[in-house]
Amino acid sequence: MSSDAVRLAAEASSSFLEHLSATRPELLPYGQVTGPGGGTVQVPHATTIVTLQTAGGVLMAGDRRATMGNLIASRTMEKVFAADESSLLGIAGTAGLAVDIVKLFQVELEHYEKIEGTQLSLEGRANRLAAMVRGNLGMAMQGMAVVPLYAGFEPALAGGRIFSYDVTGGRYEEHEHHSVGSGSTFARGALKKLWRPGLEEAAAVRVAVEALYDAADDDSATGGPDLVRQLWPVVYVADDEGSRRVADEVVKGIAAQVLSERTAQGREA
Amino acid sequence: MSQQFYVSPEQIMKDRADFARKGIARGRSVVVLSCAAGIILVAENASNSLHKIGEIYDRIAFAAVGKYNEFESLRQAGVRYADVRGFSYDRSDVTARGLASVYAQSLGSVFTAEQKPFEVELAVAEVGATQAGDHIFRLTFDGSITDERSFVAMGGRSDRVTEVLRAGWRADLGLGEALRLATRALAAASTAAESPGSAGVPEPETGAARAAERAEPPQAGAAVGLEVAVLEREPGSWRSRRRAFRRLAQDTLQRLLEE
Repeated sequence: MSSDAVRLAAEASSSFLEHLSATRPELLPYGQVTGPGGGTVQVPHATTIVTLQTAGGVLMAGDRRATMGNLIASRTMEKVFAADESSLLGIAGTAGLAVDIVKLFQVELEHYEKIEGTQLSLEGRANRLAAMVRGNLGMAMQGMAVVPLYAGFEPALAGGRIFSYDVTGGRYEEHEHHSVGSGSTFARGALKKLWRPGLEEAAAVRVAVEALYDAADDDSATGGPDLVRQLWPVVYVADDEGSRRVADEVVKGIAAQVLSERTAQGREA
Repeated sequence: MSQQFYVSPEQIMKDRADFARKGIARGRSVVVLSCAAGIILVAENASNSLHKIGEIYDRIAFAAVGKYNEFESLRQAGVRYADVRGFSYDRSDVTARGLASVYAQSLGSVFTAEQKPFEVELAVAEVGATQAGDHIFRLTFDGSITDERSFVAMGGRSDRVTEVLRAGWRADLGLGEALRLATRALAAASTAAESPGSAGVPEPETGAARAAERAEPPQAGAAVGLEVAVLEREPGSWRSRRRAFRRLAQDTLQRLLEE
């Protein structure tokens, strides 16, 4: 029993991902044995996410559309989440896997906090996410990539930090703002022109909504504000008060303002 | 060659139970109490990092007395059980009842099959939307389990603590009242112990904590040496809304005690 106990204590990990891999690997979103490969399957894809640094933190916003080939798979999808009390996670790519990876990452952070009694550093959390993205590499090679965007409040800086990832789990720190997904090229253009240092929350929401509008304008896989169904981008902020969702009413007001100003300008392109 | 003596099963079980009881009785007490604002967990604990109270899941908390290494490994196992269950089914499918029965089975099998039983006593508490939905499960070293609605006291001299709690407990206690009742009960048990030598040697592994506990028995009305957490019935917005567990900081404690 004693050698067993020693082994158990040494194997005990603060990581939920490691525990799940060791005991219940079938519950992991990736690592499933897929067919011999070749043909790619049609699955829903989530698209554009933007994130930007604000006066005292970060803001992240995503459109609501998921597409499957040329079809719209969902108009109400939410792809930006609060990862924990002080950080935000947005995902682009294969929707089914991405949503599960978000769920896994949220449990991973909470699990560590409960086992260890302290929170992981922002850097540590960003590294855990990199490990999860790398775990999905096999699926990414078969066309089912998941590309997250991670941003959080860093107490030492009294401001926000942004991390982007590639499919191999490469982790890169971004400055000022960043965007991922199919419409990200257009969103980045908008962000470059609209972003300023020290944006207050309302102004930052406006910048994000405009960037997503520009992405939706030119990318068919990104959805714009939907007046008929009253659907607006999902916007989260994280600052020294924690992470929280910006109320739909607020986003609606800002989106309506953007739309009416653009209508008044009456430009074609 | 040594001859194996016959020892009756009754005697073996009795010896094991006595051994476990002796270990548990050395430690200081822990009180878990249901009140209007939620469930409050109060432990006498000189250390502010080696916890006797912990968060298990959204609305479930854990409290223990006895050997630190043994209940800490049980707490971690509980967190793993809850997180795996919540991840594979849904967060709402993790219940204190399920967790308590897993604990009961492990404690029971260790009690009968292993060299020595766990010298621990556990409480698993789940806060409900209303007080009728509150559950406090008490688990003893041999795997026995009881379901309480109002309060549980564990550890050394828990009978004395229970007496005070029974006299003072009402369903509509506020958070401050419940905390003051709990500290009064814990203090009554400390003063009831006459011989200074018998006072708390809770966790042999934590030398510093042990020395400190021996030096200063907690006073009713003093926040020092207390570890307190609350399972809030309606979690505030300061952290994600679903997690009800909140540790009370020293200044909050002092304020509540002086109310």
